[in-house]
Amino acid sequence: MKNTLAGLGSYARSVRKAIIEMATPVRSSHTGGAFSATDLLVVLYFEILKIDPARPDDPCRDIFVYSKGHSSSALYAVLSERGFFSPDLLKEYYVDGGRLPGHPVRRCVPGVEVSSGSLGHGLPMGVGLALARKLDKNPSRVFVMISDGECDEGSVWEAAMLAGHHGLDNLTVIVDFNKIQSLGRTEEVVNLEPLKKKWSAFNWAAREIDGHNLSSIYNTLKRVPFKKGYPSAVVAHTVKGRGVSFMEGQLEWHYRSLDDQGQYLQALKEVERS
Amino acid sequence: MRTTFIKTVIEAAEKDESIFFLTGDLGFGVVEPFRDKFPGRFLNVGVAEQNMVGIAAGLALSGKSPIVYSIATFAAFRPFEFIRNDVCYQNLKVLIVGVGAGFSYPQYAATHQAIDDVAVMSALPNLVILNPGDPIEAKLATLAALSYHGPVYLRIGKKGEPDIHESEPVFKIGHAITLQDGGDVVVIATGNILENASKAVQILRAKDLSVRFVSMPTLRPLDKEVVRKAARETRLIATVEEGCEFGGLGTAVAEVLSERTVPKMGLVKIALPQHYPSEIGSQTYMRSIYGLTPEAIAEKIYQNLTLPL
Repeated sequence: MKNTLAGLGSYARSVRKAIIEMATPVRSSHTGGAFSATDLLVVLYFEILKIDPARPDDPCRDIFVYSKGHSSSALYAVLSERGFFSPDLLKEYYVDGGRLPGHPVRRCVPGVEVSSGSLGHGLPMGVGLALARKLDKNPSRVFVMISDGECDEGSVWEAAMLAGHHGLDNLTVIVDFNKIQSLGRTEEVVNLEPLKKKWSAFNWAAREIDGHNLSSIYNTLKRVPFKKGYPSAVVAHTVKGRGVSFMEGQLEWHYRSLDDQGQYLQALKEVERS
Repeated sequence: MRTTFIKTVIEAAEKDESIFFLTGDLGFGVVEPFRDKFPGRFLNVGVAEQNMVGIAAGLALSGKSPIVYSIATFAAFRPFEFIRNDVCYQNLKVLIVGVGAGFSYPQYAATHQAIDDVAVMSALPNLVILNPGDPIEAKLATLAALSYHGPVYLRIGKKGEPDIHESEPVFKIGHAITLQDGGDVVVIATGNILENASKAVQILRAKDLSVRFVSMPTLRPLDKEVVRKAARETRLIATVEEGCEFGGLGTAVAEVLSERTVPKMGLVKIALPQHYPSEIGSQTYMRSIYGLTPEAIAEKIYQNLTLPL
C-alpha cells in the first residue's frame, strides 16, 4: 500500500469537500451519487490504477471508465486530487464556457478516458478496451464503474455475458450499489438482488464489499483478477450521500444541490470530520 | 456487393493489422473467410448490436479499426444511441456496415427493409454515409471507409448487383461520380437502384433527351457542388433512391436547391412513399409496385420534363 489508511481518508475528505464546493455555486445535481462513489474512486486512483498524471496517454496505463457520468463532480475532484490538473480548474465545472461538463467528455481534461452520460455504455466500451489489450498482449487493465440503476440497462448484461464467455480477466466492473436510483429505491423500481449472484451467473468472479471501507476496497481491488480467466465484479455496497448526515440514504439527493447556506456549511463541517 | 465487400476487407486486413471484424451473429456464407484467415481479429458478439457498437468504440479507443457488421436495419436502428454517443460523439474510427440496403430482403417484410435508415443516420454529426451503387463502387467505398479516420456507415446490397461503371472511377468520400454528361436533365441516383436508374437514362436518351447521369455514393457529406452545377446548367433534377422519400438523397438535394444563390428549378424525387410496405415479394416485384422499374423512373422524369413550370 502506497498510502496509509489515514492518508486515503484524508484524500476522500478533500474530494468530498471539492464536490461540495463545485456543486453548490452552480446548483448541479447528483451530489449523493458522487459521495457514494468517492471512497471507491480514491482507492482506485491512489492505490490500484497504474497511472501517471504526468503521462495521461501512456499506452500501458490502466484505463478507468466512469460509466456513471452523472456524478462527474466526483471524477473531476479525484483526478484533480491525484494531480491530473490544477484544483483551480474545478471552478470550470458546469459554468458558462467551462471545461468540465456535467457529464464527462473524453479528454475534456487529462485523465477522462471516455465520454459518458448515457447509462449502459461504459461496460460495452470496457469490453472493447479489454479485448484490444488482450489482442496486443498489453498488460494494462480496464476498470469500469457503473451505477446500480444502470444495471437496469440490457446492454450491461449483453456486455457481461460476452466478457464472461471470453474470460476477460483484465476487466473489472465495480457497481456503486447505493440502492437509490432516479425515482426510488432499487428494490422498489427493479430489484437487482441477488446482484453478486447475477454476475457470478454470467461467469464473472464476483465479490461483495463495503464500498466505504477503504481497507476492504483496497484489499479487494488489489486482488483482481479474482480468478484467472474470469472478469472480476465488485458489488460495492455504498450509501447515497455518504459523509453528510442529512443526505445519507435520501432519494432527494439524487438531484438536489446545496442551495441553503446552513446546509452548505453543515455539509462542509460534516465532511471535514468524516 | 456483399461478396465484393468481404473480399475487399480481407485484402485490406492482410496489410492492415488494426482491422478487427465484429458481427452480430450474421453473415452466414460471407464472413467465414475473414474468420478463418484472421481468427484473432474476428468476433461474433452474438445477437447484441448495442454491445457490438460499444465494443467497437472500445477497440477504436485502443487504436484498432473495427468493422461492425449486421443487416442494415439492425446495424443502424437497434444500437442507434451507441452509434451516436460512443462512435459519433467521440468521433472514433468505426465502420458500421449495414447489409441489405433498400429492398434486399423484401420477402421478410419491414423489419428487414432498410428504407428509413439513411434518414435517421443522416442526422448524426461526424458520420459519413456511403451508399455504393454497384460492386465497383462497393469496393472503392469499402477502401475509402477503411482509410477514413472517423465514423462511417456503409450500406450495401446483397442481390448480386451488376457492374454499372465500365471501369474504376475516381472515388473520393463526398464526391459524386458523373457517368455521362448531358444538358436537359440530371438523373442523380444512389445505392443499389443505380442499375435501374442507368436503364432509365438509356430510355430517356432514346427519346433524344440529353441526360446527365450522376451516381451519389456518398450521402453525407453530400456533394453539394454537383447539385449546384446541375441547377445552373440543366432544366430538371431527378433523384432516384430505394428508400423513403423523407430524409434521403431527394431531401438532401432539395436542401441544396433551397440555397439563395442556386437557380430555382424543378426537382423530381423518385423514392418510396413514407410508409412501411404492406406487400411482400421479390426486389423486382417491390420495385414494380413502387415506381422503381427503369420504365417507371424514365416515365416520371419524362412527364416532369414536359410539364409547364
